[in-house]
Amino acid sequence: MVSETAMADDQIAISIRGASKSYDEGSRDAIRDISLDIRAGEFIVIVGESGSGKTTLLKTINRLIDPNAGTVRTFGTDVTSVDPTHLRRSIGYVFQEVGLFPHLTVAENIAITPKLLGWDAVAIAARVNELLDLVRLSRESAERYPDTLSGGQRQRVGVARAIAARPRIVLMDEPFGAVDPITREALADDYRTLHGALQLTTVMITHDLLEAILLADRIAVMQDGRIVDEGTPHELLTASKHDYVRDLMAKPRRQADRVAALAAEAAK
Amino acid sequence: MSGWFDPNVADAFARLPDYLGQHVMLSVSAILLGLLFGLPLAVAGLRSPRFRVILLGVIGLAQTIPGLALLALFYPLLLGLSLVTSAAFGLQFSALGFLPSLLALTLYSMLPILRNTITGVLGVDAAIKQAAIGVGMTPMQSLLQVELPLALPTIMAGVRTAAVWVIGTATLSTAVGQTSLGNYIFTGLQTQNWIFVLFGCVAAAILALLIDALLASIESSLAGRNRRGLVLAAAATVLVLAVSSLPGLAGSGGEYVIGAKPFAEQYVLAALLQQRLNDAGLAASQRAGLGSTVAFDALAGGDIDLYVDYTGTIWTNVMHRSEFTSREAVLSEIGTWLETNHGVKLFGSLGFENAYALAMRRERAEALGIRTIEDLARQSQGFSIAADVEFFVRPEWRALQQDYGLKFRNERQLQATFMYRAVADGEIDVIAAYSSDGQIAQYDLVLLEDPKRSLPPYDAVILLAPGRAQDRALTDALAPLLDAVTVERMRHANLMTSGGEGESQTSPAEAARWLANAIAAQGDSK
Repeated sequence: MVSETAMADDQIAISIRGASKSYDEGSRDAIRDISLDIRAGEFIVIVGESGSGKTTLLKTINRLIDPNAGTVRTFGTDVTSVDPTHLRRSIGYVFQEVGLFPHLTVAENIAITPKLLGWDAVAIAARVNELLDLVRLSRESAERYPDTLSGGQRQRVGVARAIAARPRIVLMDEPFGAVDPITREALADDYRTLHGALQLTTVMITHDLLEAILLADRIAVMQDGRIVDEGTPHELLTASKHDYVRDLMAKPRRQADRVAALAAEAAK
Repeated sequence: MSGWFDPNVADAFARLPDYLGQHVMLSVSAILLGLLFGLPLAVAGLRSPRFRVILLGVIGLAQTIPGLALLALFYPLLLGLSLVTSAAFGLQFSALGFLPSLLALTLYSMLPILRNTITGVLGVDAAIKQAAIGVGMTPMQSLLQVELPLALPTIMAGVRTAAVWVIGTATLSTAVGQTSLGNYIFTGLQTQNWIFVLFGCVAAAILALLIDALLASIESSLAGRNRRGLVLAAAATVLVLAVSSLPGLAGSGGEYVIGAKPFAEQYVLAALLQQRLNDAGLAASQRAGLGSTVAFDALAGGDIDLYVDYTGTIWTNVMHRSEFTSREAVLSEIGTWLETNHGVKLFGSLGFENAYALAMRRERAEALGIRTIEDLARQSQGFSIAADVEFFVRPEWRALQQDYGLKFRNERQLQATFMYRAVADGEIDVIAAYSSDGQIAQYDLVLLEDPKRSLPPYDAVILLAPGRAQDRALTDALAPLLDAVTVERMRHANLMTSGGEGESQTSPAEAARWLANAIAAQGDSK
C-alpha cells in the first residue's frame, strides 16, 4: 500500500487533498474540501464563474494563499515544508493582469527569477535570448519597456518570465483575458506547443469554455468553491452527470450552431 | 537711489559667495540627512502600520513648531548635551551655528520625504506587488526592487517639497549664529537697509526655484525612464551646488571671527573692529546677527574671537546680578568675574554707554512736566509703552516697576527699528530706548532721568575669547579704539545707517569708516 502510493506520487505533479479556505467577508472566492490530482505533463484547465474559487485554488499551489485545512503537495513534497519564496521561484506563474514590472525592461523582467536564484550574468543573458525566441519575440524587444509593447507581446513576456527558471509547474491565471480574440488564439496555440516541448505541468484558469475545450487535457469545473465535475473535454461534453456542467459545456456548441445557421442564411 | 550702482547692492554682492555658500552647504546637508534618516524610517513604517501612525504623528507635530522656535530649541538642547559629553568624555562641541541649524532643518526635511515615501509605496498597483511575491521575491526584495523604484516619482516630489522648505527656513538659522542668506534679511531689518532685505529674499527664492526646477527635471527623467536626461539633470544639480558653495567655503578662512548681535550699532562696531584688524594686516571675518546670550556663549566657547558687549547685559544676563554701586565698580567687577569664570578677557571700554533709557517726545514730556521716571510714574497709568522683544522679561524692567511703581495701560513689543517712529508719531507714549541711538536726536526725544538708579550702566566693552588676550597682534590692533568712541559719534554713526536727518542711508561698513576717520582725526589733534 505504502509503495503503491509512492509510485503513484511519482506520476503526480500536484496533489491537493481536502483543501478549504474561507474568508471572513463571506463565501466569495472560498474553496470547500477540494481534492485534485494533476499528473506530471498534464495540461489542466479550471473553469467556473467569477467568485467560484478558481483563483484561490490556483494560489494555494504556490502558497500565495494558505488553505485553512487540507494539504497541497508538489512532486510528493508538502508545500508548507518548503520556504514559500523558494517554492514560488520553482513554480512559474502567469498573472491575470500580466503583472510585468513597468520600471524594468523586457530582458530584466524575464531575468527576474533566475536573478533571484543567483544565476550568473552570462547564463541569464543566454537564457533571455533563448526565451525571446521560444515565445517568438524579437531580440530587439529585450531593451524595451512593457508600456511600449502590445497586449499580446506583453503576455508573451509574461510567459517567458514564468518559465525562465525552468520550472516543472506553470500556473496561469486567466493569462489571455486581456488580449484580443485573434491574438489570443495564437498565444494559446503557441503556449500549448511550449507546454509539450518543455514537458511542463500546466494549471490554467479561464472562463472561456472554448479555450478550455481546445487546450486542455483535462477540465475541472468549479461552482461555489467545489469541483463539481472533471474529465477530458470529450467526457464532459458527452457524459457529465451534472446538469450545470452539461449546460455549461453545451454553450460553445450552441454558439457554433448559431454562427453556422447565420452563415447558411447569408449563403441563401 | 542709483539702482544697480547703489553701494548697498555692491556690498550685498560682495557678501554673496560667503552667505550663499554657507546656505547651500547647510541646506544640502539637511536634505541629505533627511533622506538618510527618512527613508529607513519610512521603510520601518511601511512594515508596521502601528509604527507608521506614531511616526507620522510625531514628525507632523515637529512640523507645526515654527522654524525659528525649532532652531532656538536645539540650542539649549545641544548646550546641555555638550556639557554632559564634556563632563563624561572630555568631548566638547559647539552648540551654535551649524549643528543646531542642521538638526532643526533635518527634522523639517524629513516629513515630506517620509510621507511621500509611504504614500508612494502604498499606492503601487496591488497586481504588481502580487507579481513580485509570485515570482519569488521576499517582502524586502519586493520593497527594494519593485515598490520603492515605482514610488520614486512620488518620493522625488517629497524631496522637492523638502528642498524648498529647507532652503526657505535656512534663512532663520542666522539667529543661532549660522551664516546664511538670512544674514541679509536680519541685518537689513536692523539697519533699515531694505535693499539687503530684498536681496536676501530674492536670493533665497531664486535658489529654491532653481533647485526645485533641477529636482523636477530629475523627477521627470525618472518617470520617463530617460537615463540620459537623468544623468544631465543630476550633473546640472551637482554643478549648481558646487559652483554656489565652493567659493564661499574657500573664502571663509578669516583668521579672527568677530561676532555681532542683531542691531545696527553692533553691525557698525563689528565692521569697525574688522577694519582695524585688516588695517593692522590681520585677516578677519564677521559672524553677524547672533542672539544676545548666544553671542557670549559663542565667545566663551571659542566660536568667535571677539565682539562688543555692554556691561549691563553681562551684569544682569550672564552674572545674574541686579544691585550695583557705580559704573567703574561694575566694570572692574565684571572684568575679574569673566576672567575667573570663563577665561574671557574684558579688553577695555570703547568710551560710550548704550543703556536702556525711557524716552518720550520732548514737547509732550515738557507739556506734561515729566523730567524723571518718578514724574512719569505719577501719570503712566494712562500711557502705553513699547520696547524691544527682550526688555519686558529683563530684570531692569522688574527693577523699574518695583522702584518707581510704574504701571502702564498697555505694553507692546516692537522691533527697535519701528519703536522710535511709533513714539514720534504719537502712537506710543513711552519707549525703552537705547541711549546711543541716533534716532533719539532725529525724532527729538528726551531721555528721562533715573534718580533711583534702577537701570544699570551699559558701557560698551570689547570682549576677547579665552586665549586671545595673549595675542599681541590682536591687542595692539584694537588698542587705539579704547575710550575713543564718544556717545555723540556713536549716535551719529548709528543715524547714518538708518538714513536719518536727511542723510542718504549708508552701510554699516561705511558708517564704521566714518567712525574710524573721526577717531583718527581726534588722535591727530591730540
